[in-house]
Amino acid sequence: MTRFLSLTTLVLLAALALPGCNSSKAEADAEGSHELLNVSYDPTRELWRALNQEFIADYKKKTGVELEILQSHAGSSSQARAVIDGQEADVVTLAMWADTNAIANAGLINEGWQERLPNGALPYFSTIVFVVRKGNPKKIQDWKDLIAEGVEVITPSPKTSGNGKLSFLAAWGSVVLRDGSEKDAMDFVTKLYSHVPVLDSGARGATTTFAQKKIGDVHLTWENEAHLEVRESKGELEIVYPPISIRAEPRVAVVDANVDRKKTRAAAEAYLNFLYTPAAQEIIASHFYRPYKPEILHKHSASFQSVALFPIQDIVSGWAGAETKFFDEGAIFDQVYTSLNK
Amino acid sequence: MLYLSFLAFIPLLACFSKAFSLSPAQFWAAVWTPRTIAAYRFTFTVSILSSLASIVLGFMIAWVLVRYEFPLKRIFDALIDLPFALPTAVAGLVYSGLYVENGWLGQFLVPLGIKGAYSMFAVVLVLTFLGIPFVVRTLQPVLESMEDDKEEAAYLLGASRGQTFWRVIFPTLVPAMITGFALSLARGLGEYGSVVFVSGNMPFKTEIAPVLIVARLEQFAYAEATAIAVVLLVISFAMLVVINLLERWSKRFYA
Repeated sequence: MTRFLSLTTLVLLAALALPGCNSSKAEADAEGSHELLNVSYDPTRELWRALNQEFIADYKKKTGVELEILQSHAGSSSQARAVIDGQEADVVTLAMWADTNAIANAGLINEGWQERLPNGALPYFSTIVFVVRKGNPKKIQDWKDLIAEGVEVITPSPKTSGNGKLSFLAAWGSVVLRDGSEKDAMDFVTKLYSHVPVLDSGARGATTTFAQKKIGDVHLTWENEAHLEVRESKGELEIVYPPISIRAEPRVAVVDANVDRKKTRAAAEAYLNFLYTPAAQEIIASHFYRPYKPEILHKHSASFQSVALFPIQDIVSGWAGAETKFFDEGAIFDQVYTSLNK
Repeated sequence: MLYLSFLAFIPLLACFSKAFSLSPAQFWAAVWTPRTIAAYRFTFTVSILSSLASIVLGFMIAWVLVRYEFPLKRIFDALIDLPFALPTAVAGLVYSGLYVENGWLGQFLVPLGIKGAYSMFAVVLVLTFLGIPFVVRTLQPVLESMEDDKEEAAYLLGASRGQTFWRVIFPTLVPAMITGFALSLARGLGEYGSVVFVSGNMPFKTEIAPVLIVARLEQFAYAEATAIAVVLLVISFAMLVVINLLERWSKRFYA
């Protein structure tokens, strides 16, 4: 773990050192740095690279200031920990509400952060879909097909992965929101995890297990990851949309304590507000994240098959409640594995 | 001394103080659940098994490297250190890639019922790979410094080859073997990077204790995470003390 952390730090230091060389020529330094650090989660690299390029040009046109934007990517929770421990993020764009909330609880993000940006600070959303082998040999169409005889399911551990959490919640919701009781849901997820041969610790690890090592019949993953995985498989894999799945909400926030110290608030806020412009929403859609603007979502409906996406509030009080009810020590997910090992 | 305290003592102290910010009841609840017990047991079992395997294989390699001449020997000798330098995640990925059902080795082994990926065997395998250099490098100097005259004397006095080995050569190697065992055991207990890729991380079955530590960290439960670390540290320390005593005793006995 420490090795991972120190690696991230090293990469970051290297990244920080490079643009640091030419900061002397930035004449407007008195009003703050022209460098933003966006701390995000694992699979958003390509998305932010594209968005940053567009935003830097746009910002220069409007203000004459040339920004430098650095990206940092790793598991969502470990990124949140890094920011709490002092990584100087200007904005965080993490996978799970609970991670951003943990930074807010540490006093780095002001209260009411969700109200300060449009649409509850949610410029795009996503969901969990299925990736299956070519021709869907096990005929997997719906959640209940995952527990059919002989089906092996690949999903990362909900204990260490946002993808894992969302998959678990989607599976749970697929039962309780279709007239199942909580007990039915418990039975279903217990069966489901008995079909999981490998519990990877992170999303990309699970993708490798499924796509490269060819283990399992179905992979539960982020919609955007699924598109990437299928594209790279060259026809070996295909996407299946279950009729119902969870609405994943990767919210964005300005890290108030950091932007105030670094005097980068104006740029950081412009950056996040930019996400809601039609140009940015187009980029978001082309990277297979569902844009919040209905007309743009509609325009790209070819890539976003319609799925009944339920909000977390339909199954539990909210993202914080989901942690307590399902993933804390001794909570439902632990009970699943305890009962599987009796 | 100052150097040592900065490098080892202060971080350890920080670790303990963080863990003891919990009340005794909380501490106990964090470190002693069926799942953590299963993880400790798994961690220690695979570490001990792989260290034993490392000793046997490491001894054979050291023996061949010291006693025989063959082409490219120096390259082989240098290769021994590879696991020291290789990022362990790479070792984990390579091993699991080789032994899964469609891997180079897995395609022959899996039909025979040998699961070299995502099983306890897989973890022992990769830890042995990481542990062998410790054994080789501790045994090599001892073997090299061994004079031929002892063996010749044994032979002249009528000992068979087996007797010469077991009664003359082997005893002098015991202390070094114990050191090698201790080193590869310590390596195995703390290993994370490679194991997460080969074990499959199934709770109660193939989950190592360091994975539980990471899981607690992901939930922002720093104190609970360090509590598990403290338990690992204490058990490991106790084991290393025992091994050290054993080594001293063996030196007195054999040397």
